[in-house]
Amino acid sequence: MTQAIRLQEVDKFYGTFQALHGVDLEVSTGERVVICGPSGSGKSTLIRCINQLEEHDGGRIEVRGVKLGDDLRNLDAVRREAGMVFQHFNLFPHVTVLENCVMPQVLSRGTKRKAAEDTARGYLDRVRILEQADKFPGQLSGGQQQRVVIARALCMEPKIMLFDEPTSALDPEMISEVLDVMVDLAGTAMTMVVVTHEMGFARRVADRVVYMEAGAAVETGTPDQIFGTPRDERTRRFLSKVMAG
Amino acid sequence: MIHISDPETPRLPPRTPHRPLLKLFFGDVLSAALTALALVAVFMLLPGLNWVTLDANWAVADPDLCRQGGACWAFIRAKLNLILFGLYPPSEQWRAGLVIVIILAMILVSLWPRVWGGRLLLVWAGAVAAMLILMRGGMLGLAPVPTSKWGGLPVTLMLATLSLGLAFPLAVLLALGRRGRLPIARAVCVTLIELVRGLPLVGLLFVAAILLPLLLPPDWTVDKLGRTLAALTIFAAAYLAEVIRGGLQGLDTGQTEAAEALGIPYWKTIWHIVLPQAIQNVIPPLTNTAIVMVKNTSLVLIVGVFDMLSAARSAATDPAWPAPYAESYLFVALIYFAICFGISAYSAHLERGVRARRHS
Ligand SMILES: Nc1ncnc2c1ncn2[C@@H]1O[C@H](COP(=O)(O)OP(=O)(O)OP(=O)(O)O)[C@@H](O)[C@H]1O
Ligand SMILES: [Mg+2]
Repeated sequence: MTQAIRLQEVDKFYGTFQALHGVDLEVSTGERVVICGPSGSGKSTLIRCINQLEEHDGGRIEVRGVKLGDDLRNLDAVRREAGMVFQHFNLFPHVTVLENCVMPQVLSRGTKRKAAEDTARGYLDRVRILEQADKFPGQLSGGQQQRVVIARALCMEPKIMLFDEPTSALDPEMISEVLDVMVDLAGTAMTMVVVTHEMGFARRVADRVVYMEAGAAVETGTPDQIFGTPRDERTRRFLSKVMAG
Repeated sequence: MIHISDPETPRLPPRTPHRPLLKLFFGDVLSAALTALALVAVFMLLPGLNWVTLDANWAVADPDLCRQGGACWAFIRAKLNLILFGLYPPSEQWRAGLVIVIILAMILVSLWPRVWGGRLLLVWAGAVAAMLILMRGGMLGLAPVPTSKWGGLPVTLMLATLSLGLAFPLAVLLALGRRGRLPIARAVCVTLIELVRGLPLVGLLFVAAILLPLLLPPDWTVDKLGRTLAALTIFAAAYLAEVIRGGLQGLDTGQTEAAEALGIPYWKTIWHIVLPQAIQNVIPPLTNTAIVMVKNTSLVLIVGVFDMLSAARSAATDPAWPAPYAESYLFVALIYFAICFGISAYSAHLERGVRARRHS
């Protein structure tokens, strides 16, 4: 199987603080990887390095065979291949839901408006929010907004989807509507990297779970293995805390 | 007593009780005092109000009889063309009148957010060209009129609109430069903004109108009106830049990150995502600057540009009339007020739109 994402010995510094310590991670095409770990362990940093919202300082990152870091043209190519869903949505509040999905296609690919609108309606329908297309983001609930974010990313026809805690800013009753959409997406052979603490979701769709702590990937395994019989002491400690809470 | 509330009924905010008028005005000591004070003020101002309205002469043919007992509005009637068009040749004043119509029509059309975009800018460019040709003449069979003969309302309107219109893109660049990562660009922007804000507008106008021609080589002749416009533009740009910078600072970094992650190029992100939101954030201070700049255009009379205020002043100096300065200034004040109140009302309307879209 081809590698969708390959990280080798990746280091990342914020000033003198080292946020990532030689992280290795390989994700195959169509694979679903869940990343979990305590707050501040570097999960966001890792996922943001994959589409270069943060530049890494050491090691090597390849996305679909393209090496990142030296050629800026590669950067644009990678960003078009990798869609991103943020914890705090980051919809564009000054335009409608439909326009949120149309504008990026027009601005970044030069897609014709008409075609972009058709695509947008298609994906809004797929995340079951088409009837809200003419509203503004501020008029939607958190769960609805996050589904629009997913539709917006899908409109760019990405090969990889990155999720950074997509449900942790949501009220509990809205979490499942977003997770349902993500489970749907997992059924389409999309390559997915998801930072989340939703273990139910991880068990249902993840091929692999990565446990991170203090900027390092501590342990990797199947959901059953990580959640059932964690090998590393640190993983066990974290899981017992999460289960208790 | 058991009170059962129906969960389906939406809760209304408690109604403000309808207070009888007498109680509203004299209900307590404070209200009574304020009411009394207001009544006194009204009666004290009454002579002034009467002077302006009831006792005023609206249509007296003889200038000497005009001032008896009240304001002399007949004077405004007689001198309207001078106040509105300054020294513009009377036989050509229809051209200046047409310019007023064009500029007001363009402003009215531009109020409508639907039409905003590149095409509107092109239409504006065309309208400005048409206005300049109309005012200047010398082509299309129009008699040439030098800018030294321009005056009155068209000059005020053109200076205000053009200085604000040209200052805006400049201000955006200054604000972006000041926040940007390039050290040289940042230094240039900071210096320019702080320098201009540190100078009084009058000083800037003097430099542009009087000093600049002495410093530049003699064959570099830029028209005085043009130089005045440049000074107003730079002044407005410095203030607008700081207002826009405030709007940029209020913007969540997540917005640019989302755009970046979607592969939207930098300048398109600025134009379509950053600026619209930054501007929406600062509508009140932007309005403020716009209003101040409209009124600032009246300072050009100091360097001898004949705007509406100077035209009204010189109209009042006509010895045939009994020095009707008060009437002249009141009339001009009314026009300024109409413009500024219009800007204010429009910005309030825009803000209501923004608020409705953000929450509800
Ligand atoms: N821009 C930044 N500047 C400085 N330090 C940062 C920056 N971003 C993150 N850090 C630090 O890097 C470490 C890793 O941060 P990161 O956001 O990747 O953690 P996380 O695992 O996503 O945590 P959380 O679960 O709270 O989102 C943290 O200690 C954080 O304080
Ligand atoms: Mg995080």
